[in-house]
Amino acid sequence: MGFSEADITAILLTLRLATTVTILLLLMGAPLAWWLARTSSRFKGPIGALIALPLVLPPTVLGFYLLLALGPNGPIGQITQSLGLGTLAFSYSGLVIGSIFYSLPFVVQPLQNAFEAIGDRPLEVAATLGAGPVDRFFSVALPMAKPGFFTAAVLGFAHTVGEFGVVLMIGGNIPGETRVVSVQIYDHVEALAYDQANQLALLMIVFSFLVLLSVYGLQRKSHRQVLRFGS
Amino acid sequence: MKEQNQSIDVAINQDLSERGGRLFNLNVDIKLPCKGITAIFGESGSGKTTLLRCLAGLEKETTGEIRVKNVEWLSDSNVVPTHNRRVGFVFQESSLFAHLNVEQNISYGIKRSPVKTSSKTYDQIIELMGLNKLLRQYPDQLSGGERQRVAIARALLLEPDLLLMDEPLASLDIKRKQEILPYLESVHEKLDVPIIYVTHSIDEVARLADHLVVLQEGRVIASGALKDVLSDVELPLQLGEDTGVVIEATVIERDSDWHLLRAQFNGGDLWFRDGGDTLGQKIRIRVLARDVSLALSAHTDSSIINRLNVRVEKIQEMNDKSMLLVSLSAGENKLIARLSRRSAHQLNIKEGMELWAQIKGVAILR
Repeated sequence: MGFSEADITAILLTLRLATTVTILLLLMGAPLAWWLARTSSRFKGPIGALIALPLVLPPTVLGFYLLLALGPNGPIGQITQSLGLGTLAFSYSGLVIGSIFYSLPFVVQPLQNAFEAIGDRPLEVAATLGAGPVDRFFSVALPMAKPGFFTAAVLGFAHTVGEFGVVLMIGGNIPGETRVVSVQIYDHVEALAYDQANQLALLMIVFSFLVLLSVYGLQRKSHRQVLRFGS
Repeated sequence: MKEQNQSIDVAINQDLSERGGRLFNLNVDIKLPCKGITAIFGESGSGKTTLLRCLAGLEKETTGEIRVKNVEWLSDSNVVPTHNRRVGFVFQESSLFAHLNVEQNISYGIKRSPVKTSSKTYDQIIELMGLNKLLRQYPDQLSGGERQRVAIARALLLEPDLLLMDEPLASLDIKRKQEILPYLESVHEKLDVPIIYVTHSIDEVARLADHLVVLQEGRVIASGALKDVLSDVELPLQLGEDTGVVIEATVIERDSDWHLLRAQFNGGDLWFRDGGDTLGQKIRIRVLARDVSLALSAHTDSSIINRLNVRVEKIQEMNDKSMLLVSLSAGENKLIARLSRRSAHQLNIKEGMELWAQIKGVAILR
């Protein structure tokens, strides 16, 4: 007994989705986390809370509003339609967008913690050594926050792999397009194919365990808190 | 090059009211010489570090003017950001980049410097700071003293117009301090970068500084040549037991029988314990007011070997009602004697009197 072709397709789709989302999140999350770590703006609190919302909300709530937004009458849907892209609901692209919102706190918070842990001093030192603001970000902040980037990438990836509610709401169940592993397990259970569900579920358990083990290992080394609620 | 206006002009105001500290604002207007070491001395909370950070451009919303060697760093219309000021900064605690080794830490600044550091200068400063064997090490493998030497070398190699040092020895224990001081002295002797050195240690001031600025609650209460400021008995500078003057002298005689050296200065000479200095060497001597007593005649029946003929310049009351400070001139140098009011009354000491100062102890600073 092994994985069926549909299972393999679901696994590959999940990996592709998680990789895409992780890369996009690191690119978007880094400046956002940098801003949150450095700013004294009064918007810091509200924006931090907004980013942390997916940590506490049921995924169906997020999925519901994303569905409305991406749909033919939603603001994003109207834009994509006018660009000739049709609507993104029930498509791979829609799933990427949903996952970005859903996994955002898992990437932004470790990065924000890593940037905050650097403190002002190394950046002041860099300034007195002739480094301008952008130079300071790339030559001091990024290398010093490297463990934070690793944690953020692992958590963002793992969390995207594990999502179910948002996928179901905005992605549906299209093989090769939106049917990820968690949905595939659900389908197996619905069809009473417990053996196949079990295989995939075990795979998820092993994967998640290894991910957490690596994050905790890293956390112990750097004595740093990785996830937190709110900012 | 024209020698005009080779000075550091600072007239700044920095509001600190939002910090919740004692100090409300820093308000400073001084002109500093463009050579040697200027010490900024004051209690903690007097604004010393803030002043230094304003000079480097690390404080936000500093207003006023800063000109260094005729280059404008700050004015009403122009704020040069830190990375464009030709400044070196040595922080109180270790400030090395943990992700870079010693050599990379040092080259971080050199790479970004507008002037190209010659390999001769590079070798000279690495040698001066004794870093040859440490270049491949990472900061966490170094002792506190070694880290500060790297930080000093890193700042010096920018070849800055002004080097700022914020209590560079404060985080070190006594042994490490003693280890670093000679390095600082050799920077002072061999390089001509002007240094502004913040400290709350009068010992470091006496040993290193040429010029002294005293800050109190964000205001300058004294500024001038070290000798002049330390010997001014009217200053509200309360040094207590540490009140005393600094005299620059030259070693001129060695008495091998008694293991003593004689140093001459304008105003007399002093004998002191032979610490191995060579003849002709310039030394800096500290004479504390509590070690100076006064006599109307030259006593030869005393155990004190150092006697100087002096003139009374000024008599200053102290907070301590039983004591007085007496300012004395010996040639071009000054001394301070601390004595009881009763002694002063019995000897009938008056301004303008000529008498003998007996000096119980002298400290050789370098």
